[in-house]
Amino acid sequence: MTTAQGEVIHSLMIEKVPSGIKGLDEIMGGGLPKGRTALVTGGPGTGKTMLALEFLVRGASEFGEPGVFISFEETEDELIANGASLGFDLPGLRDRGLFTMDFVRVERAEIEETGEYDLEGLFIRLDYAVSSIGAKRVVLDTIESLFSGMANTSILRGELRRLFRWLEDRGLTAIVTGERGNNTLMREGLEEYVSDCVIFLDHRVNEQISTRRLRVVKYRGSKHGTNEYPFLMSDQGFMVLPVTSVELNYEASTERISSGIPHLDQMLGEKGYYRRSFILVTGTAGTGKTSLASTFTEAACRRGERTVYFAFEESPDQIMRNMASIGVNLKLYRDAGLLLFSAERPTFYGLEHHLLKMINTVEAFNPSVVVVDPFSNLPEVGSPREVRSMMQRLVDIFKKRGITMLFTSLTTGGENPETTDVGISSLSDTWILLKSIETGGERNMALYVLKSRGMEHSNQVREFRITDKGLDIFNVYVGPEGVLTGSARIIQEAREKEREEALRQEISRLEKNLEERRGIMESRIGQIRSEFEYEKNELANRIDEKNISLKSIARMRKEMSESRGGGSSGDGGRPKRQGRAKRPS
Amino acid sequence: MNTGTKNTKKNDEVWTLRLYVAGQTPKSVAAFANLKRICEEFLAGKYRIEVIDLLKNPQLAKGDQILAIPTLVRKLPEPVKKIIGDLSNTEKVLVGLDLRPAEA
Repeated sequence: MTTAQGEVIHSLMIEKVPSGIKGLDEIMGGGLPKGRTALVTGGPGTGKTMLALEFLVRGASEFGEPGVFISFEETEDELIANGASLGFDLPGLRDRGLFTMDFVRVERAEIEETGEYDLEGLFIRLDYAVSSIGAKRVVLDTIESLFSGMANTSILRGELRRLFRWLEDRGLTAIVTGERGNNTLMREGLEEYVSDCVIFLDHRVNEQISTRRLRVVKYRGSKHGTNEYPFLMSDQGFMVLPVTSVELNYEASTERISSGIPHLDQMLGEKGYYRRSFILVTGTAGTGKTSLASTFTEAACRRGERTVYFAFEESPDQIMRNMASIGVNLKLYRDAGLLLFSAERPTFYGLEHHLLKMINTVEAFNPSVVVVDPFSNLPEVGSPREVRSMMQRLVDIFKKRGITMLFTSLTTGGENPETTDVGISSLSDTWILLKSIETGGERNMALYVLKSRGMEHSNQVREFRITDKGLDIFNVYVGPEGVLTGSARIIQEAREKEREEALRQEISRLEKNLEERRGIMESRIGQIRSEFEYEKNELANRIDEKNISLKSIARMRKEMSESRGGGSSGDGGRPKRQGRAKRPS
Repeated sequence: MNTGTKNTKKNDEVWTLRLYVAGQTPKSVAAFANLKRICEEFLAGKYRIEVIDLLKNPQLAKGDQILAIPTLVRKLPEPVKKIIGDLSNTEKVLVGLDLRPAEA
């Protein structure tokens, strides 16, 4: 997947001059045809003059090519003022010899025509202007004004044809602006004379929001983007947003950054979001999207990362005040210059205007974290497909810059909470859904990680709580009646505690019982033992008595035999022998 | 178009006429000749003609907003009037210079 479009365009024959206008050169494969005249046409107020003017200003300030602006409509003062609104310092460029202008006023009421004439006066003025600064670029804006000032159109046409040839002969790269006709690109059909390159500008109003579009109608000998591209005129000049030619070649980071909430990091594979990923936070009203976004912002700032917070719902002051109440101190970082708030009324401009402004802001501030809160407030202009591709472009541009993005999006109650307004969910790398759950007469917030690309993440529902010390996430109870949050969770917790207590008491009761039994047993054993002792003594006494009697019987027998004079020795001598034999063993 | 009163007012003024040319082209030469003839006929003794060659003084083209060549500019009397072309149509020149009402 090489840059298919880009390389083909660059390899072509035609030599090009970069216009220096953001995005336009990309569409035109490098710029305008060098040494040729390009037409810029469109309805009134579509930005033709400003595009042509920026072509000169960029040429002068960035490419060292001086430019001449021949104006048929605006005076020099008007042009300077209009240029200043786009951030162009025309007097400065003029003083440095890089820019000059000539206002050619054509008033039919003042002019009477008699006989033959030519436009040599215009040629002389142009030549004088070009040679006075050594110009390489020329703008004629709007040359068709001549037709309203002069009656003899056949002379005019001939002279204009000569003028375009004159420009080409001198190798001047020129832009000629013209107003769109009913069936022609230009009212007077001048595209017949100069048709190498035609750019068409359009300005339409959709649901009370104006959007500007640019299209390269024709570019002879060169490939070019043929779509309509939205563009913006900001205080930094023109900007064309190419919605196609999306290249998926940004680097993926393995670095992880904290969401600012330890428990949420835990849910995201213990480490938090990926750097330069796109995090989407969706939820219904009042589910804590802004709090989540602000906590992330604060965490980023605490790490010393530059952050831009695009606020489309609340003013920066309000956000800072509200977030301070939950212990998130954004003001500190704003004052330190780490955090930039960019707040704008979302409905004032079209989506592409906002996107382009966001790109401009990001390019100027160079942040590593961008928060958009809420993204869903930006109006949808154009088809969902168009919006999606514009979004894709924005995400790609930011990712290429290594930016981690967190967008919040509001879903309304009735909708499926897992759909987003602009279908951007598939662009997101991590998608967190906040949902309010109603149980036991209260609303509690639940947090789900719907997806998180490339990391292990929790599939569990957690309760999301906003406290005066910040955000925290709790495990929820999953009982037979579903997920329990808030008071229900607390009640459940109490209930569990009660049961625990009861069990504990039961255990100690049983243990006591056991001890008692053991005591009883022990005492019984004691009693038996003492009985036994008693009986033992008794028996021992009786044994002694019996032994004594036994001995006395033996003695009496001995005395008797001795008294009889040793009659039977056998009986008397046998125990003695036995006793002797036993002794050695 | 109350040219009658204007004419009487203009009578005692000196007319300042400026003819812009670019080199000695046939159109320029013709224009100068035609102008001279008309002035002699209608403004004898109270006109002055300045011929400016833009090839020599290109910076002067801007001041009088010169576009076409040749261009005749009536600097005085006010208001400034412009006539472009070789001035071959005397009637139109007279109308352009306010020497004759447009209806004529």
